[in-house]
Order: sequence, then C-alpha cells, then structure tokens
Amino acid sequence: MLYALLCYNSEEAVFSWTKEQDDMVMARLGVVHERLAMQNKLGPSLRLMPTTAATTLRKNADPPLIIDGPFAETKEQLLGFYVIDCDDLEEALGVARDLAAANPGGAYEIRPLLLFLPGTLPEGAAAG
Amino acid sequence: MSEDLAWIDAALTSARPQAIGALLRYFRDLDTAEEAYQEACLRALKSWPQKGPPRDAASWLIMVGRNAALDGVRRKARLTELPQEDAISDVDDVETPMAERLDGAHYRDDILRLMFICCHPELPATQQIALALRIVCGLSVKQIARAFLVGEAAMEQRITRAKARIAKAEVPFEAPGPVERSERLAAVAYMVYLVFTEGYTAGRETAEARGPLCEEAIRLGRLLLRIYPAEPEIMGLTALMLLQHARAPARFDADGAAVLLEDQDRTLWNRDMIGEGLALIDKAMRHRRPGAYQVQSAIAALHARAATPADTDWAGIEALYGALEAMQPSPVITLNRAVAVSKTRGPAEALAMIEPLADALGGYFYFFGARGAFLLQLGRDAEARQAFDRAIALANTAAEAAHIRGQIDRLTADAKARAS
Repeated sequence: MLYALLCYNSEEAVFSWTKEQDDMVMARLGVVHERLAMQNKLGPSLRLMPTTAATTLRKNADPPLIIDGPFAETKEQLLGFYVIDCDDLEEALGVARDLAAANPGGAYEIRPLLLFLPGTLPEGAAAG
Repeated sequence: MSEDLAWIDAALTSARPQAIGALLRYFRDLDTAEEAYQEACLRALKSWPQKGPPRDAASWLIMVGRNAALDGVRRKARLTELPQEDAISDVDDVETPMAERLDGAHYRDDILRLMFICCHPELPATQQIALALRIVCGLSVKQIARAFLVGEAAMEQRITRAKARIAKAEVPFEAPGPVERSERLAAVAYMVYLVFTEGYTAGRETAEARGPLCEEAIRLGRLLLRIYPAEPEIMGLTALMLLQHARAPARFDADGAAVLLEDQDRTLWNRDMIGEGLALIDKAMRHRRPGAYQVQSAIAALHARAATPADTDWAGIEALYGALEAMQPSPVITLNRAVAVSKTRGPAEALAMIEPLADALGGYFYFFGARGAFLLQLGRDAEARQAFDRAIALANTAAEAAHIRGQIDRLTADAKARAS
C-alpha cells in the first residue's frame, strides 16, 4: 500500500534554525531516505517553500477567488511530504518514527493513497 | 550549548516577536515585557527538555511570562504594603480566556506594534536597527556590538538610551485604523530593509559578524508577510532581500576583495533563495500595485535570472530604474540607470547622464567608481584615473577601495603594455 507522510511543523521555528541545524536535520533525514530507497520503499518526496510563498485559489466563488498565503492558517504548517510503499500502517508508522527521530518538533500525518500518478518531472526541477 | 537546548533556543527565538508583542500589550512597558519574556524563557529551559516543547510555544511563553510578571507585581505590592492598583490596572483582562488572548487580530497588531516602536522617528537609523535586533530578534548585545564594530558596553548604553527615548514617547497601544496600520507597516518595512543593508554593505572583514543581520532581516520580512499576506510591497521587500542575500557566497574572493556582480561565480548563488524571491515577485505582480521594493526586487530578479553576465536583460533593468526614478527621484537611482544605459547605449551616453549629478553625488564613492569605469571604456584613461582616485578617497570599506585599486592596476598594466 502507498502512504503519504505529510510533514507538519511550525515554519517559524523551522525557518529560525541556523544553517548548521538545518543541514544536520537534512543529513539525518538523508540516512532514513537512503535506507528507504535501498528497500524500494521511497516514492516522490518534497520539501515546500514557506507558506509566505503560497497562493490559494478558492473555488467557492465564480470566478474562483485567489488569496495570498496558505489554505489555512494553522499553528503548524504543511512543509513537505513523502510517498512511501509500506505493507501496513505499522510499517508506515515505523518510518514516521525514524523520520521524527531525525527532526525535532512537529508531526507526521500518515495517509493512505487513493490514486498515484508518478509524473514525468526530472529530479532537480525545483528551485533548490 | 547541548543539541536539545539549541533546538529550544530556535523555538524561543521564533516565538519571541509574538510573545514580547503580547506581553507589551498587557504591561505597556517594554522593560516589564522583556523581563516577563526572559522569565518565561528560563522556565521553558527547565521544563521543555523534560516535557518536550509545547505545541504552541508563543502562547505558552505569553501565559507563563504574564503570570510570572503579575506575581512580581503582587510581591512588590505586599512588600511595600500599599495597594498598587495602578500597577496592575493595565492588565485587567486577567480572566479573559486563553483563546481570546491569542486572537489573530491581536497577534498581528502586537507584532507590528513591537516592530513599530523600534522605528521611532526621533531615533537615528543605527539605533532603530540596534533596538530591533535586540528587542524583536533577540540578538545579544554582544552580537549587535560586533556587527556595529563597537564595544559591548558602548552598545549596551546605546540600546538603553534608545529605550529610554521610546519610553518617554507615546507608544501606540490602541488598535490602529487601516490608514495608520499601513503607515506603520511602511515604517517597519523600511526599518527591516535598514537592518538588511546594514548587514549587506559589510566588507569581508565584517561579513561574518554582520551576515546574521541579513538573515534576521529576511526572517522579519517573512514574519511581516505571514501577518500581512496580501501586501505586494512586503512581498517585494522580502524578495529583494532574498535575491540580494542569495549572492552572498560569491560576493568576496578568497583574499576578501569584493567581487563585482559581473565577475561573480553564479554557480555559488543560493538557488533556494532565488527561487523563493522569484515566487514572491510573481505573487506581488498579480496585485498590479507597483512600489519601490517591488521594482528593486524585479531588478535583482533580472540579474538572478541571467545565467551569465552577457545574458543580463539590461534594457529591462534600464526600464525598471526609469520606473523607480519616476516613483522616488534620486540622483543615486539615476546613477544606477546610467550603468544600465552604458550597457545598452554605450558609455558616452551614460557619462552624459551622470555629469549633471556631480554636485549632488560629489561625496559618493559609487559616483566616481561609475564615472571612472565609463571614462575607461571611452579610452579617456587620465580622467578615469582621477575619478578612481576620488573613489578610493571616498571608499567606505577596504573592499571598496581594493576593488577600485584593481581597476587602476588594470589601467597601469594597459599603459605599460602600450608603452612596451
């Protein structure tokens, strides 16, 4: 079964990390990513720019309303997600635990996938 | 600092503007608000490592800080055995429920107020910057003193004086109306940009001490954008800072000399920051409410988008400087437009454009640097050398002087080559 791991954290806190702290988190996460990739369990995964770069299109008006900022104002924001291939929820929770250990604060929402389109975009197509 | 404490420190830093902003609203006194916040931080450092940080760090700090400060007020009241109702009359909403206290509207105005009091018009720019770094960003006096190249005691005194000055002034506690809010926002945006330029104009020798100023300014820009998500000028300001700071890794060579934009190794530019800056400009453009920060960020974006200096859209840059000139006429902007003109229409036209600026910019390093470069391109070496000599005399940093000396060396080398 494919699961999405939705990564939530306070972006104010995450974007207050020093470069060293950020690099350290990414390096620790990298270890988990590598293991998942070796086991062919890692699907497309991404990290989002801060919600200040977000724009929301609301469909409750015609034409749809375009609003600056994220869909919802929350204490913790959606900062990225993974798609992982796991046998069951227990295994997906295990992955989330490993990622959580690498990464202070926040929460992971584990959500089974209904549809998966792998897409055709090349790696490195994002800004970074 | 242990690793746990470093993470807690980051959480405290990110919650600081909101927490101090709210405490300032309760106590109406900056020192009390800061002390309350400090006390809350001390308690956080004791309790968070065991219990884990709370989900909403700012609310926790506001609650704990507020209670600690109220205890202090009550203790003092008992000691003097006099009813000190005056001291607590400003905090009569003690019983209001938590949810109301952290109401979104308050949250925005609290942060804006906290930043706004740092831009008091009576404070000189350097004091505004120092105050914002201390109060809003929470940098230590030592860090700020390093950035300004002064001793810690001198900086402590400067901050104390600045605080005393704003304590005497009317601090605007009532919720601002729309016009006032937008005036405050403009003043705060300018102060944030001052913090940024203070960091950005550092030479190599001070870059390490001042680099954090750029990062703090970007953090403040994002914070403003989070509380005012639909303000195109705040998008422009944040984009401008991101696009300029993206070049930081390429701005100095191994010897510490400034590297001109056209000579920079563009592979060193920070692509994440450029991407975020471009995304913000995209968003701002949709509003069709141009402003100076947006235009400046659009200029920075044209540089950022060029893979090599030869790919630079100089005609676009010239047009944008023209737009900026129309918005806020200034000889410095004309000088910048002339640099673009020198690329699109040649140095003769650029030189003619800047000649009338000689009076206004007679003490400005960049004026003589640009004049020298135009003259050099026109083959008027002797006059170029004179202009460069003036530029060196006016240089603000060793890096600026070194850069001009490089151009003079080139002149000398050319002259020698011609002589031999």
